[in-house]
Amino acid sequence: MFLQLQQVSFGYDPPSRRSRGAGPHGFSLRDVSLSIERGSLTGLLGPNGCGKTTLLKLMAGVLRPRTGTVLFDGRAIADIPRRELARHVAVVPQETHPAFDYSVLEMVLMGRHPHLGAFRLEGPDDLAIASDALTATGTAHLAGRSYMSLSGGEKQRVIIASALAQQPDVLLLDEPTASLDLAYQLEVAALLARLRGERGVTIVLATHDLNLAASLCHTLVLVREGRVLAQGATTEVLNSGMIRQLYDVEADVRFHHRSGHLTVVPIGRAQ
Amino acid sequence: MTGPSSAVVRVDAAPQPIRLRLTFTLLGYGALALLACLVAPLVGSTPISVSRAFDRSVPFADNIDAQIFFLARMPRVLAGAVVGAALASAGVVLQALLRNPLATPFTLGISAGAALGAMLAISAGAAVALGPISSVPLASLAGAFLATALVYALATRPGRPMSTAVLLLAGVTLNSFFSALILFVQYMADFAEAYRTVRWLMGDLDVGGFGPIAGILPLVLVAFALFATLPSSLNLLSVGADIAATRGVDVARTERRAFLSAALATSAAVALAGPIGFIGIVVPHLVRLMTGADHRVVLPASALFGAAFLVGCDLVARTVLAPVEMPVGIVTAMIGGPFFLWLLVRKA
Repeated sequence: MFLQLQQVSFGYDPPSRRSRGAGPHGFSLRDVSLSIERGSLTGLLGPNGCGKTTLLKLMAGVLRPRTGTVLFDGRAIADIPRRELARHVAVVPQETHPAFDYSVLEMVLMGRHPHLGAFRLEGPDDLAIASDALTATGTAHLAGRSYMSLSGGEKQRVIIASALAQQPDVLLLDEPTASLDLAYQLEVAALLARLRGERGVTIVLATHDLNLAASLCHTLVLVREGRVLAQGATTEVLNSGMIRQLYDVEADVRFHHRSGHLTVVPIGRAQ
Repeated sequence: MTGPSSAVVRVDAAPQPIRLRLTFTLLGYGALALLACLVAPLVGSTPISVSRAFDRSVPFADNIDAQIFFLARMPRVLAGAVVGAALASAGVVLQALLRNPLATPFTLGISAGAALGAMLAISAGAAVALGPISSVPLASLAGAFLATALVYALATRPGRPMSTAVLLLAGVTLNSFFSALILFVQYMADFAEAYRTVRWLMGDLDVGGFGPIAGILPLVLVAFALFATLPSSLNLLSVGADIAATRGVDVARTERRAFLSAALATSAAVALAGPIGFIGIVVPHLVRLMTGADHRVVLPASALFGAAFLVGCDLVARTVLAPVEMPVGIVTAMIGGPFFLWLLVRKA
């Protein structure tokens, strides 16, 4: 197993410094075990506040579990120095608002930090890697632009480029399509599929978009109230019974021939 | 080499590589700071001649121009350079740390804390010293640490990061609290002492010799040594604490180091020249407009430009009402106040 959570529990209370910006207090994950295969594309599904973002932060080593272990490639994440971990695991937050007006290229080059450290300046190789990341995300033409002046979709792709500049083995994304219109949603989905296919990047994404998850993810982890409800192949896990349990919503789940994947049509709240 | 370099061309020709930008910026701002420090002592109520000031054939004791240049005016200019560099850098660091372009040692109340400490030491006339550092900078440091600890506790408390409103209100509160204590100390002091401290509280670079500058140099040097370790972490911190952590930054350690260095620099500046305001906000903003936001460029450039800027402001303070020499704090407040308001309006 590439990325593994073993009986992980986590709580935000008593309030600690670590919980900064991490959501409602008093929330917890209880006894979560799950494994992510190398090269897989996994979707985390669940209602608001169920613990998806917390799970991603635990996998990224930003949060430390209260009990249990998070393993990366067989090693406990707690034992891996922050900079070394950042060379393997990259994170794309839901939204990124820098306090200052950095250029797109500067934002992407910040992804080189784990490889450079505090004192080394980026050289031609780092610029080439940044350029490659910009090209892969279709943002090369924006390199000289101010990040703040970009549209939501462009910003999201630039942050993905910045994460790619870390040259990670694992990419963790928190609702990567939440603020995007339909065309950009499809574009980001295609980009993620390509990254997995061409570069073998292991991808975990938290999302509310069931159809995106159905089209993109091979495996799903369903989370409710801090517990894993189910995990497995998308075709096995994604059905109307599970959706009822997960969201208290009645939905039709059908195979859509033209798109070639399952589609979910919500009908109404379950009684 | 062909692979990477051809790829570089593909990105964009406009953004220069960091190494080049850093070199040009440091040379440019360094030259500006040097020029300011050499020109400023030539100007003043008594005109002096450059050639005579640097004329080695006349003994120093008989060379009035050289004495005015080196003994009367140079300490004041050097004090301006050191204080300007320290306050501007502290401003850059605090702004990145708190992710807010309106954060400065002055607006956060750190300067006021340092001023209270220094006032207590001046009034008590205490002759405590720790190695080369005398009691005034030490007391100033204690005051700055107290204020910084309060800001740190506010900024790193669980939950949402500090909003502009909370930040400014905390600053206003700390400032008025420390001001009240300063007034109390003044009230208890005798008349001559009170006059001296009033002038010092306005922010005055008339330090009277090289001694006081040497006295705060250890604090400044430690502060700048810490500053030097910060810029690339500050870039990431200003994007977001979580994203910084996932890019390999030790967030808690960087925050502690940044607060510590900002407190050191502020206390040194305040101990020497009183709480001079607005340098920490005007200088970093002007520099960012010229160089972009990358802290690896902005921090050293702000230190150098801050030195030049305060020396320039002091030149105005010394000459505009000649032969009366105003405290420089009046000039910086006149420039900085409207500037701050403009930023606040633009941000809102």
